[in-house]
Order: sequence, then structure tokens, then C-alpha cells
Amino acid sequence: MNSIYTYFADIFHGLKSLLIGMSVTGRYFFSPGQIVTQQYPENRKTLKMFDRFKGDLMMPHDANNQHRCTGCGICETNCPNGSIEVISDRIELPDGKKKRIIDKHIYHLSMCTFCGLCVKTCPSDALAWDQTFEHAVFDRSKLTKILNKPGSSIIKDIE
Amino acid sequence: MKEIINLPVHSIEEEEYHINMGPQHPSTHGVLRLVVTLQGETVKKVQPHCGYIHRGIEKMCEKDTYQQIIHLTDRMDYLSAHINNHAVCLLVEGALEVEVPERVKYIRTIIDELNRIASHQLWWCSFGMDLGGLTCFFYGLRDREHILDIFEESFGSRLLHSYYTPGGLMQDIHPNFQKRTKDFIKYFRKKIKDYDRILSGNVIFENRSQGIGVMSKELAINYGVTGPSGRASGWACDIRKKYPYGVYDKVDFKEILRTDGDTYARYMVRMDEMRESMKIIEQLIDNIPEGDYTAKMKPIIKLPAGEYYQRVESARGELGIYCISDGNKTPLRMKFRTPSFVNLGVLDKISRDMKIADLVAIGASLDLVIPDIDR
Amino acid sequence: MAFNIYDFTSFNQSIDELLYEWLPPFWAMIVEMTIIGLVFLLAYAIVGLLLVYAERKVCAFMQNRIGPNRVGPYGIFQTIADFIKLLMKELVYIKDSDKLLFNIAPFIVIIASFMAIAAIPFAKGLHAIDFDIGIMYVVAVSSLGVVGILLAGWSSNNKYSLIGAMRSGAQIISYELSVGLSLLTIVVLAGTMQFSQVVELQSTGWFIFKGHIPAVIAFIVFLIASTAETNRGPFDLAEAESELTAGFHTEYSGIKFAFFFLAEYMNMFIVASIAATVFLGGWMPFHISGLEGFNHVMDFIPPLIWYIGKTAFIIWLMMLFKWTFPRLRIDQLLNLEWKYLLPINLVNILIMAFIVLMGWHF
Repeated sequence: MNSIYTYFADIFHGLKSLLIGMSVTGRYFFSPGQIVTQQYPENRKTLKMFDRFKGDLMMPHDANNQHRCTGCGICETNCPNGSIEVISDRIELPDGKKKRIIDKHIYHLSMCTFCGLCVKTCPSDALAWDQTFEHAVFDRSKLTKILNKPGSSIIKDIE
Repeated sequence: MKEIINLPVHSIEEEEYHINMGPQHPSTHGVLRLVVTLQGETVKKVQPHCGYIHRGIEKMCEKDTYQQIIHLTDRMDYLSAHINNHAVCLLVEGALEVEVPERVKYIRTIIDELNRIASHQLWWCSFGMDLGGLTCFFYGLRDREHILDIFEESFGSRLLHSYYTPGGLMQDIHPNFQKRTKDFIKYFRKKIKDYDRILSGNVIFENRSQGIGVMSKELAINYGVTGPSGRASGWACDIRKKYPYGVYDKVDFKEILRTDGDTYARYMVRMDEMRESMKIIEQLIDNIPEGDYTAKMKPIIKLPAGEYYQRVESARGELGIYCISDGNKTPLRMKFRTPSFVNLGVLDKISRDMKIADLVAIGASLDLVIPDIDR
Repeated sequence: MAFNIYDFTSFNQSIDELLYEWLPPFWAMIVEMTIIGLVFLLAYAIVGLLLVYAERKVCAFMQNRIGPNRVGPYGIFQTIADFIKLLMKELVYIKDSDKLLFNIAPFIVIIASFMAIAAIPFAKGLHAIDFDIGIMYVVAVSSLGVVGILLAGWSSNNKYSLIGAMRSGAQIISYELSVGLSLLTIVVLAGTMQFSQVVELQSTGWFIFKGHIPAVIAFIVFLIASTAETNRGPFDLAEAESELTAGFHTEYSGIKFAFFFLAEYMNMFIVASIAATVFLGGWMPFHISGLEGFNHVMDFIPPLIWYIGKTAFIIWLMMLFKWTFPRLRIDQLLNLEWKYLLPINLVNILIMAFIVLMGWHF
């Protein structure tokens, strides 16, 4: 008698659990308001990334084409896998002292692991994160960027 | 094939044949190669071949400073990236005997628990998919997006953050962090009932997971299977209770234990752990003390010469870091005791005499992340 | 030519008379059969394409996403694009395979489903063949599909395909029993096996309401068994066996694979139409005996729409099965059939026979 009872109890318990499962998916079928996919690339204009999103490394230049990089090379020392190369020059100031300025700040996007140590350890806050994320290119050499724009100079009294 | 036939342990009998569940496979969650010896439909022996994603992380740690190691340990078990980083930070802070501010401890604990929920969500969705319920995959990922949005707003990236640093945090949390986390917890408490309705209570699922891959408590202790898989066999091995770090000693949460040791028990332990994590976050989220987000550390960190060990509870089990330092700014040797590597060892033992379809369920319930095995 | 959307018999008869007027009788018959064959072929292809598109959209909505929406407005040309892609693929010839059987196997599966669909009434008079043993004919003919699957697995010269085909064969043969027995329950209630009679008898109420408890049980059993028959849903381990093999159609590529794929969707359509015809009334509108005004309103909707609606509902149910539940293992599958479905079916027939005898049905 007990086995017949368990037989039917098993059947009812099984059917009930299946119906509960079907109700979940059925409910989602009838609610198109719950669709979470975004229509990229049609929504590019309204797509706004978060402020702190780590998209690309950049050196902010202000309106006069001036940046804050002194060419000290601390970011290059701190980068774990050598994605930054800092090439600096020595110029002679009018009063005879030698000063170091930045010639090229080369950034290899293809090797960067986005750890953020360069941004954090820069003593003059010269680097920042950009929010662009569309980095796909057909030619790998385009991923090597020079961060200081041509013809730019450093903002006064950074030292 | 020749080297498999010449192995001394298990001799090939008459009707047995080998199947290669190769490195590219929808059900092995990564690049793991399993050579399965079958007799008819029954599994006789499983030999895992790992190493397809070995990147030399331990060797690379020998040339990196302690702040740079963070970006490498991120990538070991990428689903609980923060917990791995927490281990490195605790090791350095313990060796230098630096006291981090309370705010840092609270934030680290909250973020660890959020990461644990995200990791278990991904485990749930791939578990459902392996068993054939393909909608589970989408529901799990849809809910995980909320946690990733929280992370993206505060730290800037979704999966690999490099947010902790020895001494504290890289930057302070975003002002929206608390509100978003509280909204997420309210949202997820409703959705986790859906998970139960669609998979846990299902009669087909119960038949496929009860009694499959039974691991006794002695087996778990002998092989060192920690984490939810070990707790499902009755072994109380939660590091958060035994050797508390962060603010775990001030929070009230249960250690989930079950005694059956089969796939269903491992499943239920993880589902309950998600609820416990939400409880922990609820207790902490409103009480984050004000203060600094980092302690004062020297720019170049040098650990005094000696050996150090630090263990944390990652989403898969006990992660242990063993570090030998000789006083320089880079460690001499860094060894990681990763949970997936140790849990993989028990796969052969518990899948003897199971069907081939059960092997997939057992592998999914052990929650192996292959980069964790290979480092 | 009187084209009455509510009754196709006069339309068919007028075309018949026209052909016999113009041509000698032998050629008229040949032309008639060709026309019917072409119409069915076209309907088969279109319904197949629609079903593939519908499955992708339905499963997308269940998963909180949109599904194909780029190829054409709302993605309606997606299946055609897939079909063209499959046509352009290289037909790989397997060394040491049995060439004749390898090539014939997909066709056998398609032929079996074609023969089954010929017997089903789509609307009043829209019928290809009207046997007086209609139900038994459909069950018999749909078993021919197993031969195709076994041939496909055997002739592929691949031990994994063979395992998959054997499993699939065992599954289909076991579940045919349940399908046949649950249909037999309704035959007991209706007293006839002819499809058009079965539909006519439901003009006062569908069989699922008339034969209350046993008919509902038979309906549930039929749904489960026919999902297993078509290798769909939670019973698809023979083909979605991502653990071991890709099933019996591993070695097929291009158009031959498209045949297997299409045949699976058409089998689902056939099974759904049988369920709609036998249990839910076919093309008969929903009548409640006594409410004449309600019945008139229901009669206004053309029977073809009723038929399509009911079939679509059952197809939606079968898709819901597939996308919600995890898969069963092979021994659990056979367990379900031999220990649960078959005894329930047998007891159900007894109960139905008893109810018919005592007149306790509506």
C-alpha cells in the first residue's frame, strides 16, 4: 500500500514542480518589458559610460594644448609589463640650468592590462582614463599611441 | 594513446574504450582535457590533463613588486578576482604589521561578498546549461549584470579590477555604491526564488543530481577539498569562521553544512551561500565608518626576510598564498595553493561507476575554473 | 467555383470536375495527385521555415532577449538566410560508409513525416486522404521515421553516431507505445478511427471536455510521449549530447543536415496537429451546448484559423518544455516510459471504457 502511495505522490510532486518551472518561463514570455538586451550600435548616441570607466589611457590637455607630464618616467617604472615608454629630452633653460621635458610618451594599448598603477603613481597627475571602448582595428600598429599631442607643452609650475 | 595504455594503475579490460573530452568542449568550462575510460556507458577512470592555459603567474610574480602582483592574481581565478587580491594585500599587511583603517576593512568585506554572489551566479547559470536547461544561463547572466554595473561605477572595469592595493584601496568608492548595492539586494532576493522554481525544485533536476558523485567527509578531508564542495560533505572548513579576516568576526552569518555529499548537496550549499552573503552585506552596508581609504605605505614595499602564508575563503575554496622573501622589493618565491587545482584531484574518485552524463554534472558541481588550475 | 472558406468540399469537387472534364481520367488523376503533392510540398517548406523562426523568437522572449531582428523587418528572413548558407556548404563524403544507405536516410525521415501529414484534416473538406482507419494509419506511418534514424547512425561508420542512433531508436520505439495507447483512449470515446468523423463528433464539445478525467490524463500522457517521439525538449540527449557525440546526424553536412533539421520541426508540427485534432477538436470551433448565440459567434471565425490557433498553442507548449527543463538521462527516460507512462495509460483505457459503457461522459 505504501509503495502505491509513494508512486502517486512521486507523480504529483513531479508534475507540480514541472508546472512551477513552466510558469516562470511562461511569465517571462509574456512580459516584453523585461527584455534587457540593448540595441548596439543603434544606441551609440545615447550610450554613456560611467565616469570611472577604464577605456583608454590619455593625457588630458587643456585649452592651450598644455599637459602636466614632466617626463619623470615613474609610470614607466611602475608599469608591470612595459606598456609605457617615456622618451625625454634635456633642454637648456635661459638661465643655464638643465631641465628635463617630455619628448614622447608612448603607450601600447595592445599590452596594457588596465591595472591603473601608472595613473595612481604619477606625481603630477598627468594621466587619466578615457571612456572610449571601441578599440578594434585591423592593423596592430594603430594600437601604439603617443599620448602627448604634437606641439604641446607643460603647464607652468608643476615641479 | 600509448602512454595511457602503459599506465600501471589501471589496466585496460576487454570492452573498455577511451573518450577524449578535449580542451575545446562546451561542458568543461575552459580548456581542460579529460581522458575518460568507459565501459559501455559507465565511467571507469578519468584522467585530467591540465596546463593548456598555463601562463607562468608564479614566475612572473618573482619579478614584480608587491603592488604589481595584484594585476596578476586578478587573473588566476577571474570570477573571484577581488578575493585573490585580498589575500595578497593581507599577506603584505600582515608581514609589515600595518594596521589598515576600519573603512577599508568594511569595504573589502562587502566587495568580497558581492564577488562571491557574482561567482555563484555564473556557476549556477553554467550548471543549468550543462544539464540542458538553457534558459538558466540567461537568467543568471542577467542578474549578474547588476553586480557588474556596481563594480563598473566604482572601479572602472567589470571583471578584472585591480582595486585593492597593499595598504588599502586604489581610490575611494563612488557615492552611489551603497544605494546601488541596497537596490541590488532587494532585486536579487526576488529573483533567487525564480532560480529555485526553475531548477532546484525540478523533478528532472533532482533525479539527475541526487545520489550522484557522493563524496564522504573522509574523502573530502583526505583530498583537501575545501569550499562549498567540502562543506557539502560535512567538513566545516570555512576560513571566514576559523581564521577570520576583514570584519567577518563582527558579522553574524551561518556556515552552511550538509552531510549528503552528492551533487544536489553541493548545489544547495552554494544556493544557500548566496543568501548568506546577502545577509552579510545587509549588515555591513549601512555602517561603513568614515575615514581614509588607505594606510600610509612606502612607495617601495620590502618585506622582511622570511616565509609568510595567508589564507582566504574564495568562492571555490581555500586560497593560500605562500611567500618567501629575502628582503628585496620583489618576492623570492610566490606559491599559490589554488582551490580548483586541489578540487580537481577528487574528480576521478567520485565519478567511478557513474554514467557519462553524470560526469558532466559532477564536474559542474565542483565548480572548477581552469585558469585557477593552471595559473 | 465556389470558394467557401468555411467548407472546402465544394471547392475541391469543382476542381475535380473541371479536371475530369478537360483530360482523360488517367491523366486527370495524375494531374490531381501532382497538384496535391506540390501544394503539400510548398506548405511543408513554408511551415518548416516559419517554425524555425518561431522557435528562435519564442525562446528569445523566454530568455529576456529579442532574437533575430536584423535580417529583414523583425528578422523574418533569418531562416531563409540560414537555409541558403546550408545549401552552399560542402557535402562531405565519408570514406568506408555505406553510400546508398547514407544518402537515403534523410529522405526516409522526410517521407515518413509527409505520409503522416496527408491524413490530417486542416479544415472542413481540406483533407488529402480520409481513411476510415485514419488514426491507426498515422501512428503506423510515423514509426517509419525510426528506420531513417537507425540507417543514418549505422551507415556513418562512426561509433559515436551509432551509439547516438541506437539510443534514439530505443527511445522512439518505447514511446510509440504510449502515443498509440493514449490515442486509443480517444478512439474508445469516439467510437471511430476516421479523422473527419472524430472532428465532426466534437461539434458539441471538444473531447478533452467530454471525456473529462481520462481524456485529460490521456492528453498529458500524449504530450509527454510525443515530445519524446520527436527527440525534442527534455528528451533530446541523443542529439544535444554535447558530452559525447552530436548524435546520429554528426556526419551529415549541408542540405542533408537541413533535411534532418526540417524533419524534426515538421514532426513537431504533425504531433501538435494530431493532438489538436483528436483532443482539442481540430477545426471545430469552441461550442458550449445550450448557448446558441455564443456558438454563432464562434462559428464566425473560419475553421482554418481555429486549427492553426490550436496547433500553435500546442507547439508553444512543446517549446516551453524544451527551454525550461534540464535533460533526462537515457535510463531515466526509459524508466519514465516503462514504469510510469505505460501503466497509467493502460489503467486509463480501462477507466475510459468503463465511463463510455456507463454513459458518464458529456
